Amino acid sequence: MEYILFREKVIPNIRELDVYTANEGYEALKKALSMSPAEVIDIVKASNLRGRGGAGFPTGVKWSFIPQNEPIKYVVANADESETGTFKDRQIMENNPHQLLEGALICAYAIQAKAVYIYLRGEFWDIAHQLDKRIAEARQAGFIGENILGSGFSCEIYTHLGAGAYICGEESALLESLEGKLGQPRVRPPFPAQKGGGLYGEPTVVNNVETLTNVPWIIRNGADAFKAIGTEQSAGTKIFCVSGHVNKPGNYELPMGVTLRELIYEHAGGIPGDRKIKGILPSGGSGPIVPGTDEVLDTPLTYEDMAKLGTILGSASIIVMDETVDMAWVASKVEKFFQHESCGKCTPCREGTYWLDKVLDRIMGGIAKESDIDLIVNIAKNMQGVTLCALGEFAANPIIHTVANFREDFLAHIAKPEEAEKPAAAAKGAARPAAARRGAAAVRESGA
Amino acid sequence: MTNRLAEKYKDRIEQTFAKYPTKRSAVMPLLFLAQEEYGWVSPEGILEVAELCELDPTQVDSIAGFYTMYSETPKGKYWLQVCTDLPCALRGADQFYADLKEYLGVGDGETTDDGMFTVDHVMCLAACDRAPMLQCNFHYVENLDMDKMKALIEQWRAEASDDK
Ligand SMILES: Cc1cc2nc3c(=O)[nH]c(=O)nc-3n(C[C@H](O)[C@H](O)[C@H](O)COP(=O)(O)O)c2cc1C
Ligand code: SF4
Ligand code: FES
Repeated sequence: MEYILFREKVIPNIRELDVYTANEGYEALKKALSMSPAEVIDIVKASNLRGRGGAGFPTGVKWSFIPQNEPIKYVVANADESETGTFKDRQIMENNPHQLLEGALICAYAIQAKAVYIYLRGEFWDIAHQLDKRIAEARQAGFIGENILGSGFSCEIYTHLGAGAYICGEESALLESLEGKLGQPRVRPPFPAQKGGGLYGEPTVVNNVETLTNVPWIIRNGADAFKAIGTEQSAGTKIFCVSGHVNKPGNYELPMGVTLRELIYEHAGGIPGDRKIKGILPSGGSGPIVPGTDEVLDTPLTYEDMAKLGTILGSASIIVMDETVDMAWVASKVEKFFQHESCGKCTPCREGTYWLDKVLDRIMGGIAKESDIDLIVNIAKNMQGVTLCALGEFAANPIIHTVANFREDFLAHIAKPEEAEKPAAAAKGAARPAAARRGAAAVRESGA
Repeated sequence: MTNRLAEKYKDRIEQTFAKYPTKRSAVMPLLFLAQEEYGWVSPEGILEVAELCELDPTQVDSIAGFYTMYSETPKGKYWLQVCTDLPCALRGADQFYADLKEYLGVGDGETTDDGMFTVDHVMCLAACDRAPMLQCNFHYVENLDMDKMKALIEQWRAEASDDK
C-alpha cells in the first residue's frame, strides 16, 4: 500500500528538506496558495478527513468554523502525545517533519492565520530542537515567513514545550498553558474557533499532528483519492500504535478498516508464546476495554465499528494483554495514571480519581470487601457527565468496563471476612501526591 | 537584585520573547532555563523568571508546581525517570525499576549519597514499543535491560569523574 504519513518507509531520508522537495514536498503548499482559502477548506471537507487526536471531529468542518472577518487567527498543532500507549506523532516529527510543517501551513492559509504554534510535550525536548532546525531550513527556502513563495501570504511557525502534564493535551488546557498559565481546561463556550475562545482570545484551530500531516497528500491527490482509502465514515489511513503483549510492538500505518486480528497477528507478529488475548484497550488508557473474543478480533478498526463494540477508536493506541494478565491490576495501573493527571479543577474528577485509586489499592492489597467492587463502579458512574473536561469520563472507563468484563479478576483479590475487618488503617492518612500538587498549585495561584 | 538569568542569557531570552505576543507565554521556557542554570527551580530562579515575565512570583511558583518536569528540589547529576505505565509494565518495567533502585541502593524519588543519580517512576513517555525505557535528564534511553543499565551507570560515573 501507499504510505501517506510514514513516507520514510519508502524514501528513507525524507526528513531532509532537499529529499522532501525532490519528492513532491511543498508542492501541496504551492497548489493551495494558488487556490482561494475557501477552496482549500472545501477539499479537506470533501476528503472526510477526521481528527486523529481522539475525538474524530471532521477537520474541514472545524476549519470552516473560523470567522473570516477577524484580523488575527492562529493554528495550534497538538503534539502533546501523552495518552498511555500513544507514540505516533513522535515518529512523524522525527522522520517526516516537513510534511507536518507543510500541513500546518496549508491549514494556516485556509483560515488565514498569522502564526502556527506546535505544542510538544516537554519530554520531546530533543524532537523540538530538531524541529526548530527544520523550521529554520524551511524559512530559509521561503516556505515560512513573509510573503511565502511570492503569494502575499505570511506565516510563522514556532515550537513550544510543555513541562509534564497529560491534561495539556486537552485543547483548552493546552491554550492556557501556551499563554503561560496553569494547564487547566476552560469552561466552554466560547470554543477555540470563536473570538474569545482561542489562543490569546483569537479564533484558533487546534489539530493533532497526524491530522495535519495528512493534509498535503489530500491537496496533492484530491479528496476522492483519500476517500477511496478506508471506509466511508473513516477515510484514509491511520497509524495504529501497538504495544503490550505482541511480538513486534510498534507503529503501523494501515488503511482504516483493517481488523484487530490482521493488525495484531499479521503486522504486530502475534502474541508471545502463542498465548490467548485476554483483553485489548483500543484507545490507550482512556477508552473502554474489550475482551479478546473472535467477534472483537474480527471487528474493523474504524470510528463506527469501534462504537458498535461499545468502545472508541480514539487515538488508536492498541494495548494488547494476554491471558496471564490480572485485569484488576490493569484497572489500578490506569487509574493511578488518571489520579496523577487530574488537574484538580473540578471536584468529581479530583475526588473521584483519588478515591478510586485508594479503594483499588485496598483491593490490590487483599483487604477489600466484595462490596468495594460495587463501590468503585458507583464512584466511577458518578463521575460521568458531570466533569468540566473529558478526562473525568476517561477516568471512569477503566473501572466500569474492566469490572463489567472481568469481575472475577477483582473477586480474586477480595479478602476472607476475618481479614476484611482491619482495612481502614491502610486507607487513612495516605499522601495525596500529584493531583494534590496540581490542586495546591491552583490554590497558590488564586491567592487563597 | 541582580538578575543572573537576564545577564547571562540575554540573547536566548530575547529570542524566547520574540516567539509570543505576551511576555507571560515565555514563563515555561524561562523556567526550563532557570532549571538548567540552577539545577532545579530554585527560589532565586522563580524571582528572576517572575521579573523577566512581569509576573508575581507566586504565579510563577504555582506554574512550577503544576508541571512535573520542573524540579522543586535539587536532583542528582543524572535524573533517571523510568516509565512504569501500563504498556511498559506489560513488558517488564516494574521489575526493571525495582532492580534499578536496588542496584543504586535508593528508594522511589531518592538520590544516591554521592549526588549522582535520582530515580523516579513516571507515566507513559511515548516510547511504549521500546520498553523498558527511561529518560535521563530528558533524553530518551530505550530498549533497556539491567545489563545495559549497569554499563550505562558505570559509563556515567566514569564521565563524571573525568569532569572533576
Ligand atoms: C484529557 C485529554 C487529553 C488529550 N490529549 C491529546 C493529545 O495528547 N494529543 C492530541 O492531539 N489530542 C489530545 N486530546 C484531544 C484534544 O482536546 C483535541 O480534541 C485535538 O487536539 C483536536 O485535534 P484533531 O481534531 O486533529 O483530533 C486530548 C483530550 C483530552 C480530553
Ligand atoms: S475533569 Fe479532571 S482534568 Fe478535566 S477539568 Fe475537571 S479536574 Fe481537571
Ligand atoms: S507506557 Fe512507557 S512509554 Fe508508554
